[in-house]
Amino acid sequence: MSEIIESVKNLSIGFNSQKGKQISILRNVSTNIKKGETVGIVGESGSGKSTLALAMMGYIKQGLFPLKGECIFKSEDLLKMTSRQLEKIRGRKIAMIPQNAGQALTPNLKIGYQIDEALRLHTNLNKTERDKKISELLNKVRLPSPETMAFRYPHELSGGQQQRVAVAMALAGKPDLLLLDEPTTGLDVTTQAHVLELLRFIAKDTGTSMIYVSHDLGAIAQVSDRIVVMYAGEIVLEGPARKILKEPIHPYTYGLLKSIPKLSLSGLPASMPGSQPQPGSINEGCSFYDRCNLANDHCKKNSPDLEHIKELDTNVRCFNHKELINQNNNLQTSITKKSNNSEAIEVLKLKDVSISYAKQKFFDQLLNKISDQNPTVKDINIDIKKGETIALVGESGSGKSTILKSIAGLLKTKDGQIKFENDRILSSDLKMRNPNDLRAIQLIFQNPDESLNPNHTVEQILSQPLKLYFNLSGEELKKNIIDLLKKVRLGEFYMSRYPRQLSGGEKQRVAVARAFAAKPDIILCDEVTSALDVSVQAAVLNLLQQLKEDLGTTYVFVSHDLAVVRAISDRVAVLYQGRLCEIGPSQNVYKFPSHPYTEVLLGAVLEPDPDIKPKLVAEDIVEEKPPEKGCSFQGRCPRKIGDICNSEVPPWQIGENGNAIRCHINIEELASLQQ
Amino acid sequence: MESNLIIKDKQKNKLEKAFEILKTMASKPSGLIGLTIVLFHVVLALTSPYIAPYDYKAISPNTMLLAPSAEHWFGTDSLGRDVFTRTILGGRTALTVTFFGSLIALLWGGLLGIFCGLVGGKIDDVVMRVVDAFLSIPWILAMLLIVSLLGTSTEVLIPALGFFYGKGIVRVARAATHDVIAKDFIVSARARGHSNMSIIWNEIIPNVRDAILVEGAMRWSWMLLGFSSLSFLGFGVSPPTPDWGLMISNARGLMSFAYWSVIAPIVGLSSLIIGINLTADAFAKALGIDRSTKAPV
Ligand SMILES: Nc1ncnc2c1ncn2[C@@H]1O[C@H](COP(=O)(O)OP(=O)(O)O)[C@@H](O)[C@H]1O
Ligand code: SF4
Ligand code: SF4
Ligand SMILES: [Mg+2]
Repeated sequence: MSEIIESVKNLSIGFNSQKGKQISILRNVSTNIKKGETVGIVGESGSGKSTLALAMMGYIKQGLFPLKGECIFKSEDLLKMTSRQLEKIRGRKIAMIPQNAGQALTPNLKIGYQIDEALRLHTNLNKTERDKKISELLNKVRLPSPETMAFRYPHELSGGQQQRVAVAMALAGKPDLLLLDEPTTGLDVTTQAHVLELLRFIAKDTGTSMIYVSHDLGAIAQVSDRIVVMYAGEIVLEGPARKILKEPIHPYTYGLLKSIPKLSLSGLPASMPGSQPQPGSINEGCSFYDRCNLANDHCKKNSPDLEHIKELDTNVRCFNHKELINQNNNLQTSITKKSNNSEAIEVLKLKDVSISYAKQKFFDQLLNKISDQNPTVKDINIDIKKGETIALVGESGSGKSTILKSIAGLLKTKDGQIKFENDRILSSDLKMRNPNDLRAIQLIFQNPDESLNPNHTVEQILSQPLKLYFNLSGEELKKNIIDLLKKVRLGEFYMSRYPRQLSGGEKQRVAVARAFAAKPDIILCDEVTSALDVSVQAAVLNLLQQLKEDLGTTYVFVSHDLAVVRAISDRVAVLYQGRLCEIGPSQNVYKFPSHPYTEVLLGAVLEPDPDIKPKLVAEDIVEEKPPEKGCSFQGRCPRKIGDICNSEVPPWQIGENGNAIRCHINIEELASLQQ
Repeated sequence: MESNLIIKDKQKNKLEKAFEILKTMASKPSGLIGLTIVLFHVVLALTSPYIAPYDYKAISPNTMLLAPSAEHWFGTDSLGRDVFTRTILGGRTALTVTFFGSLIALLWGGLLGIFCGLVGGKIDDVVMRVVDAFLSIPWILAMLLIVSLLGTSTEVLIPALGFFYGKGIVRVARAATHDVIAKDFIVSARARGHSNMSIIWNEIIPNVRDAILVEGAMRWSWMLLGFSSLSFLGFGVSPPTPDWGLMISNARGLMSFAYWSVIAPIVGLSSLIIGINLTADAFAKALGIDRSTKAPV
């Protein structure tokens, strides 16, 4: 048994509500962190995981206060320390890497200087020792050419490199415990995989204990030795990572794992009903009661304690956990098969579409053309069939949203045409489109917080398209709104609510309802589930699929998440730097032979399984601009064959699977390379 | 019938919301003090003609420069007029002129700011340059010019003050609009094909209204000071109408031996300015707007 570094005992943290009631958001949390161990804390947003992690470094957010319990770090209670005492510990003994730490670097100071500052603050080294240490740290986080890196500014680094610098700064004080709050959330798939790999390496190499907080079980699975699952402020399951992920014996964890789309399976994951209860709303019984399919009357009245199961070495908070022991086989199976109802008719055609963000020069403005030899998006040819779901995948900056905006008329195309229904060309100027075309194409955005006007009620939000397109008013308008709400499984009483009174999933449902209010032919979905929790994501995906099957809508579905795309799409188009790499029926794109970029993306997918490690075959640095000529992927391609990749645009090749790949490597050869 | 109910419900919601905001404002001592002062001044301005004990223009050589007493609570001025009477009446013109002046400032400043924020580009650049150019003219000089050309009637003062104090609002409205138009709900409305007017009215105004209102409230207190300065210089209200600025100006030479005639209007004016300031601050806080980072322009 190795030494315990920090132990949390019966910790409850809460706040005083406006009505003066004491509301706890962490309830009776106890756990131990051992030396050299990485503990993953997982839970949906609002489950209290950040609050717990912060308390573990003696920090309580403004407005909150500890109700009871302690956080013992090396035999001292952090929560009883003065801020002077805490200062000595933070950064030196316990360091933290918050979300977006990379972006939070001071923009006008050189990287080396910022690390030096951390060293000065947290160590007693002199100048020459520090200089040596800086290049040591930069080396340790595997930044390329550490000597020159120290003299660069944050903005000269990629997102992944910035995150590495943040890791280096956190390591400056040689901490015993490293807290990471969603350190890879918001990074690209490949970057995420690289940063996780780095963290795993550092944990092994330095023996630092880590607490890794995330909503993403895929990321947690890659780094954790032990996993703590939080729900509504309580620990509901805790144990060795492999046990938790492969034999989850708590219904919440079980459901959570089932709701994650997996690369190996097509079709939609099972969704969990409902959402997490608000703090203070649970009076008696199990906090998971409302959403649990094992719940019985006993659970309604009594709240289960955390129970230790010896043979599994896990703690579980559920009366009926025995029913889940040895149920793990089911984890991979119960997946709704979806029907592909695409018809042969094409509704939307993108023909040689190029889009540029370059500013028009004066003369070009007069001639109303855009002269950009190297536009952001180039030569996109996609024919979209009625009723199908076509996905556009790629890392951030690959031009997915740009293409969607052009289809919606929000962005002018440079070249090419967008044709709608019977090859009618849609104007690239929104103002020139006729109202019926505007109605026919609707958009759903990533973040419902941004896409719903915070000052409108749900009723006002939904009445906008109804009034605009169908001139509805009075009773009829109201009836239509209620119908729409019903379609997205929301009750009538939501009409008078403001967005801030809704949960993330509910907000996104309202956004979906607003899109469907127009009775559209095509809906453009821009990362619509990326801002949602996993369990909610599955529900929204299922809802979208259901609506589409009922109404025959066509989806253009943009996402960076290959597993989500696999679950919902009929066809997939892979984009890199605004150029198509591969396109084909979804099951074939996920099979080899693949375009080398698709291969890299597939390799970087994080599965919630400790036995499936991501394959890191390419660097995670994306160029700022697409290359002038040749293959768009030449800069990062692990299979690059030579000069031809730099000079000539690769040809399209059709594989026997039916997916088209754009690469200079012969497709059969590609297949044998990828075996 | 039913939709009627909904509309009623909405109105109730608005009223409730206003009440809620008032309550939040009054929950902090500074907000409560501010609100009380402003309310006091408004009530006073409305009722003072009826409660004033003397005729404000009654000159009397027998009662010149009397010290405060039971008959003349605040004493009398150099023409023998009752200072108490003149003080409680002295805020009426200032309040009215600046209130309507602020409304005008809000209206044109807000609309121009929203317009600039929305169209952006060249037009925005040009308009903001012009606004900046105006900002750099000392307003009092410009006001003096206007007043000496067009006279000192309220019909001139209200729009002139409204114009000069609207410049700051343009900036605030423009910045707020800038923040809002980047949001997806605006993009969404545009993609649906709503007209610009509908987007301004339905999507932008509800989201920038608070910031503009707060700025307007702040401008109001600045305008009061400005208006009183004009009166002080003799370009505001014409005698014998009682006005604080004018009273201060007339009595300032007597400071050393008849302090009462100058203290009362000073207290009146400064308390109102402080009151409006505190109220505007509390209003901003109740709406969740952080003014601390924005220096007054
Ligand atoms: N300062 C605060 N005052 C009141 N409630 C808070 C505060 N900070 C967080 N909460 C609430 O505490 C709960 C847990 O928050 P948090 O720890 O941030 O969750 P997570 O990290 O899982 O997203 C949420 O319901 C959140 O609304
Ligand atoms: S105690 Fe009951 S309600 Fe709670 S998780 Fe277990 S079965 Fe479900
Ligand atoms: S064309 Fe060359 S650079 Fe491009 S994907 Fe194929 S091998 Fe790689
Ligand atoms: Mg959090």
